[in-house]
Amino acid sequence: MGRIAYILPVAVFVVVSLFFLRGLQLDPKHIPSVLIDKPIPELNLPPLPGRDEVGLRTADIKGQVSLVNIFGSWCVACVAEHPMLLKIRKTGIVPIHGIDWRDDPAKGAAWLRKNGDPYDRVGADPDSHAAIDFGVTGAPETFVVDREGHIRYKHVGPITEEIWEDTLLPMIKELSR
Amino acid sequence: MIVELGHFALILAVFVALVQATVPLIGAQRGNQAWTNMAGAAATAQFLCIGVAFAALTYAYVVSDFSVLNVATNSHTAKPMLYKVSGVWGNHEGSLLLWITILAVFGMAVGVFGRNLPPALRARVLSVQAMITVGFLLFILFTSNPFERLDPAPADGSGLNPLLQDPGLAFHPPFLYLGYVGFSMAFSFAVAALIEGRVDAAWARWVRPWTLAAWVFLTCGIALGSWWAYYELGWGGWWYWDPVENASFMPWLAGTALLHSAVVVEKRDALKSWTILLAIITFSLSLLGTFLVRSGVLTSVHSFAADPTRGVFILALLIACTGGSLTLYAVRAPALKGGGLFAPVSREGGLVLNNLLMSTAAGTVLLGTLYPLFADALNLGKVSVGPPFFNAVFVPLMVPMVVAMAIGPMLAWKRGDLGGTLARLKLAFAAAAAAAVATWLLVGGDGATVGAVGGIALAAWLLVGTLVEYGERIRLFRAPLGESLRRARHLPRAAYGMTITHAGLAVVIAGITGSEAWKIESVQVMRPGDTVEVAGYDYTLKSVNSFRGPNYSGLRGVFEVTRDGRPVTVLEPERRQYTQPPRPTTEAAIWTNGWADLYAVIADADNRGGYVTRLYHNPLIPWLWIGALTMVVGGLVSLSDRRHRVGAPSRRQVRPAKTLQPAE
Repeated sequence: MGRIAYILPVAVFVVVSLFFLRGLQLDPKHIPSVLIDKPIPELNLPPLPGRDEVGLRTADIKGQVSLVNIFGSWCVACVAEHPMLLKIRKTGIVPIHGIDWRDDPAKGAAWLRKNGDPYDRVGADPDSHAAIDFGVTGAPETFVVDREGHIRYKHVGPITEEIWEDTLLPMIKELSR
Repeated sequence: MIVELGHFALILAVFVALVQATVPLIGAQRGNQAWTNMAGAAATAQFLCIGVAFAALTYAYVVSDFSVLNVATNSHTAKPMLYKVSGVWGNHEGSLLLWITILAVFGMAVGVFGRNLPPALRARVLSVQAMITVGFLLFILFTSNPFERLDPAPADGSGLNPLLQDPGLAFHPPFLYLGYVGFSMAFSFAVAALIEGRVDAAWARWVRPWTLAAWVFLTCGIALGSWWAYYELGWGGWWYWDPVENASFMPWLAGTALLHSAVVVEKRDALKSWTILLAIITFSLSLLGTFLVRSGVLTSVHSFAADPTRGVFILALLIACTGGSLTLYAVRAPALKGGGLFAPVSREGGLVLNNLLMSTAAGTVLLGTLYPLFADALNLGKVSVGPPFFNAVFVPLMVPMVVAMAIGPMLAWKRGDLGGTLARLKLAFAAAAAAAVATWLLVGGDGATVGAVGGIALAAWLLVGTLVEYGERIRLFRAPLGESLRRARHLPRAAYGMTITHAGLAVVIAGITGSEAWKIESVQVMRPGDTVEVAGYDYTLKSVNSFRGPNYSGLRGVFEVTRDGRPVTVLEPERRQYTQPPRPTTEAAIWTNGWADLYAVIADADNRGGYVTRLYHNPLIPWLWIGALTMVVGGLVSLSDRRHRVGAPSRRQVRPAKTLQPAE
């Protein structure tokens, strides 16, 4: 018994270190949405004033592979992400729908006029009803939705060139086949 | 030029450290005096090199030299001087430089104050210390060079995170690091003792002041950080069980255990290998904290430089340091012979119980902190471990701990008399019961307040128990007053330190209990003129004005607080929007009457003339800070004990020699 007691600390440490080694390869910020492979929540969001009259409904998102992007005029990271969204819009590969989250709809509309409007449909969600159903953790956040209206992927944070090229674009191509 | 000088000094420091890590160690092993004695000089040279590097970076910050990448990314010309200086350690590279500067300061301190250490022990300690220095210097130079230049230099820097532009946080990291790094001394002493194969009372007597100093700094650092979180984050909370908070708390728990077990080694020549293990674990937990913060393996509000290559490097350091020392421990510790035997109920027994509970607590916090990582690595899914877990396991561990804290110091060494001691503590029992009843009546007790009533009773028990112990020592009311005063004068400072620190903890416990159990929160939209009542105080929002600060624009709300129509105070919380980087912060307004804090926060405008306001009533929270400060004072008093200064002539030769002299 005696000897083992002295070896035990280093043995425990070896096990913990192995976990650390593994931990370095994992990204704790990557949180899978519980809604992955589930149908998108029922939506009926009002439009942004002055943009259009349609808003955003569940039916708008179904039918083809699309992106649902959570943004807000208060969100600094969204400004950083915006040029990328405009670029994606230009390629015409995939429609982008926006949810203007926790925002004054008038401000959201003004923000889009100022920064450019990459969205097909935009719904206002000032009271977080849709955001809670989507399990949104922050803005910006982007969901990939397939033809049947199932959420297939969730990206937290701004979409960068790499994320678009390496993750989203291949997935959209795969889903569109 | 000065910046290059700093970089060069840092490179030079690596070579000095390499020499210091090897030559004295070999000298001590072979009995070569010249080699052994060069340790002190090397430590001083080490300090000079690293000191020059630190001064160079500070200079670059003070003059805002934006051709230095680190300064450009973390500083800005329009920033008060205090934050230009504190910006030096407000980032990954600079904070590592601070870490290693403190390491060098401690190394030099051993060189200077440790002249009366046995030369071989001093040489080994400084060599081990230098090994740590080498690792961290290489880490800085290869992965996190603070002296990297930027070409072309930008016209202005991108600024320091405004949350960090705060007096409390300017001094939080240095204190925390003084604590973390201070434990490296205990670690170096432990490894040196393992190499030497000898642990005795003299060894413990040298380790104790270093550990105590580190403990004082760490306590101060944690309290400052917690205080900052309380008034700056604007949520009225002061502890969130965040991985990084836990990272500072675990070494504190282990270090507290180490302090107490070192007493047993010194006085009774027992618990030797356990104390060595604790010294290793305490510093390892400090290193682990660094790893968790820097590597990004866990998410935290603090993680400021998540970089996998850095993570790999620190992990390698951790493995070399902890793995190496624990292996050495496995090989050498069985040979360490324990000395004094003792019965379970005895002063030693009390200290062992303290050690068991403290290290279990540290282990529990470690498990809770790392569990998300374990679960993720084993594909058990993403989990987060929050306050409910920590509160559920921590409280049951601390309750017996606090109960025993009043009893332990009153037990005799070797064999104590539990029944007799409990009888002598009847005043503490009475105080606890009275406090419980008074609390129950005061808050209109029901089932939900049982825990809080228990917490207050526990605080009263510990406070009065500690005072009873002090009273017994000076034979208060048992001997004539003159005799008691004479005894009080001659009581060692270390004894006063214990009394003050334990009493401080009692006050902290009351503060924690009060702030957890009776905090009242009120969140609403208010327009100027509106009045909201919280805990009997009426808060009237008089006006909201915008104003400009040196590097921010702000909104200031003016609340007039009245109670039963009589004016109490005016609270002026602010919401600031910093210009560089553009980030908002809240500045809570706090007024305290010693029993409770009135706490007001103003948040966003709702664009219809109203503002979101958060008002909190935080009972007993001032006690938390008073108690923490008292604990720090207690530690300082104990540190000033002459007996800690090895070699200082003992003033009281009449005292039984066996408790003072090292038992060889």
